Amino acid sequence: MNKPSKLPAGHVPEKLYEARKAVHNKRIDGPFRRFKWFVMVVTLAIYYGTPWIRWDRGPYSPDQAVLIDLAGRRFYMFNIEIWPHEFYFVAGLLIMAGIGLFLITSVVGRAWCGYACPQTVWTDLFQHVDRFIDGDRNARMRLDAAPWGPQKIARRGFKWLIYLTIAFWTGGAWIMYFADAPTLVREFWAGDAAPVAYATVAVLTLTTFAMGGFMREQVCIYMCPWPRIQSAMLDEKSLLVTYKDWRGEPRGSIKKAEKNPGEYGDCIDCMQCVAVCPTGIDIREGPQIGCITCALCIDACDRVMKDIGRPRGLIDYATLEDCEREAAGEQPRPAWHVLKHPRTIAYFLIWGSLGIALLFLLGTRDHTSLTVSPDRNPPYMLMSDGSIRNSYTLKLRNMVGRPRDMEVSLEGLPGAVFWTDTISSDQAARTQTFTVKADETQVIRAYVMAPDGTAQQEFSFKVTTLDDPPESDDNETRFTSPIGE
Amino acid sequence: MANDPSSKNRIDEATGTEFVGHEWDGIEELNTPLPRWWLWTFYICIAWALAYTVAYPAWPMISQATEGMMGWTSRGQLANEMEDADLARKEVRDQLAATDISNLQGNPDLMQKAVAGGRAAFLVNCVQCHGSGAAGSPGYPNLNDDDWLWGGDLATIETTLKHGIRQPGDDMTRFSAMPAFAGMFDTAQLDALTEHVLSLSGKGQTSPAGAQAYADNCAICHGPAGEGDRMQGAPRLNDAIWLRGSTKADIQQQILQPRMGVMPSWSGRLDPATIKMLAAYVHSLGGGEDFAEAQVEAPVTPVDEQAE
Repeated sequence: MNKPSKLPAGHVPEKLYEARKAVHNKRIDGPFRRFKWFVMVVTLAIYYGTPWIRWDRGPYSPDQAVLIDLAGRRFYMFNIEIWPHEFYFVAGLLIMAGIGLFLITSVVGRAWCGYACPQTVWTDLFQHVDRFIDGDRNARMRLDAAPWGPQKIARRGFKWLIYLTIAFWTGGAWIMYFADAPTLVREFWAGDAAPVAYATVAVLTLTTFAMGGFMREQVCIYMCPWPRIQSAMLDEKSLLVTYKDWRGEPRGSIKKAEKNPGEYGDCIDCMQCVAVCPTGIDIREGPQIGCITCALCIDACDRVMKDIGRPRGLIDYATLEDCEREAAGEQPRPAWHVLKHPRTIAYFLIWGSLGIALLFLLGTRDHTSLTVSPDRNPPYMLMSDGSIRNSYTLKLRNMVGRPRDMEVSLEGLPGAVFWTDTISSDQAARTQTFTVKADETQVIRAYVMAPDGTAQQEFSFKVTTLDDPPESDDNETRFTSPIGE
Repeated sequence: MANDPSSKNRIDEATGTEFVGHEWDGIEELNTPLPRWWLWTFYICIAWALAYTVAYPAWPMISQATEGMMGWTSRGQLANEMEDADLARKEVRDQLAATDISNLQGNPDLMQKAVAGGRAAFLVNCVQCHGSGAAGSPGYPNLNDDDWLWGGDLATIETTLKHGIRQPGDDMTRFSAMPAFAGMFDTAQLDALTEHVLSLSGKGQTSPAGAQAYADNCAICHGPAGEGDRMQGAPRLNDAIWLRGSTKADIQQQILQPRMGVMPSWSGRLDPATIKMLAAYVHSLGGGEDFAEAQVEAPVTPVDEQAE
């Protein structure tokens, strides 16, 4: 990238900062561009639409399909409901997303960067806005260079207004995941929403406006760590957008090639690959961090090759290994060949087994749980009749959307009975029944009394639900007594 | 470098920067001033600091620091925050003040809040004697157990809290006195009496002399079988709980030269709502009596009492 310095030794450049050169990428159509359109529509539809999907969960739970209820500490996703102590499902999902990125990178290189990354999708969207308001590449370059006048101010103002609208919409959609969407929209415009909602929208509007409207490829090139990580993950078997220099070089126009047949390669130096690039790089310089592998240059080059009657694929997805084979004159291998990559298979196995393990856990998890913590101060209490009492805090979790009766009983600790802060000691027994409200945790103070002479020992509280099918859980704890074990 | 070293406007060729004019063994200093933005930030900070010392307490004087124009004090801030916190609790306190203590259990939500508030108040006012777990210590009653000197229902606990026990100056304080029997018994009689007291809870051997001494001197308050009397705060002697120890020496000491504790009356020091909270908390520790079941929702139905 650095040109050899022709300046005399000791020269200090006037500025240590190189201003960004604006990217005005040209419109292009082709299979990859259409695929990019498709991905954009799907991802934006998911992002903006998901909070509006309704999902009936009965009278006790919200009816929003995807809802992160921070205040209520619940995470709803269709028919899955995650409690805070089950957050490992979310952690597992994030780990799967991470390994999924590795997997995708291993198979198709930086496809995430090229097609699905929000920065890419929104940059693409904003570049379409540019094109819509200011025209294609040349018109935009002219306007950029033009002095500021009423017309340019009007155009820029209008364009930024559209940027701001999209950005606001983006920020507004985000908060819909954290509250009932229709209610929140009403509250938002009535000024009744929580301050954090307005702050979040403001921050996300500004970041979208700045990163999508102005920073664009600089985010990928300077800010994002992922290209650096990916460059360490790519190897000679990874698919990259590659300029086949053995076929293209030396470059020469069609006229020159006609004059000197055999002297020049297929590249006619038309610069179309540079013109369409959303990050403003020249792919012919080889693999580089600025290339997000969106493959728009492939579309551009294929079209030119078709027009001048040369075979397509001068710029194409290819692995380094295949490039070497092709340069040596061998036949290109079929595309599925990239799947025969030990690393890809390993990632897939890890990713797949994680997914199966999570699904298994999700399918077999209990919706009832009991945790017990014994009082430590005082550890035990001597009663008038000589019996010994210990106090415990029980947490009974009813993780389904309807109230349930649950039976809590003592396992072990012969002769002991218990009562609670809501059940009188007159009704002390080995088993008590509680009605736990829908989707709630009931905290119970339990007083366990064992007869005189009971030694220190382990015992359990067991909970069994009284519905069908019954679920149960138990929790071992300690009975403390002045009489040692 | 052919320039006159004293000339101020000499320019360094390599960088195009002026020299300051200082030279040490051929090493010269270039004039590279601080960036303007940095300098301005620095000046603004100085101005800000000066304004700050005027607005807020800052300069140390002989007896105290300058007060500052804004009238801010850390104590004032604390008072404001406490006031805000009080205001936040006002609803519960008002509700508590308006609720008769004996009806408190009918309102489980309020009871729960009272217990939580009582726990906090207990940690400030009561732990010094009764201990942080309310388990007491010799001479200071344990509040977790089911043995109450004066009674363990909510209203009785509230009365004890309000007026204290043996609190001088409170007309309604609970008062009882164990007479000192020093000099009344010879050693054999004292031994027999002690054994009889222990026998009430099955720990000693009774004898006719001991039983007689007990009946003559003790039964009037502590009851013929040692069942105690809450009306006059006479402790139960036939249970496993001993406020001042259950060894023979402990009991004899208490017969001959009894020690009696004092519980302060809290009605002047704590407001009625806090006292209710404390009563609710103490009642909730597991020994509370006259348990009234919550009437709301009635979620409680004990079943299978014969299990196992």
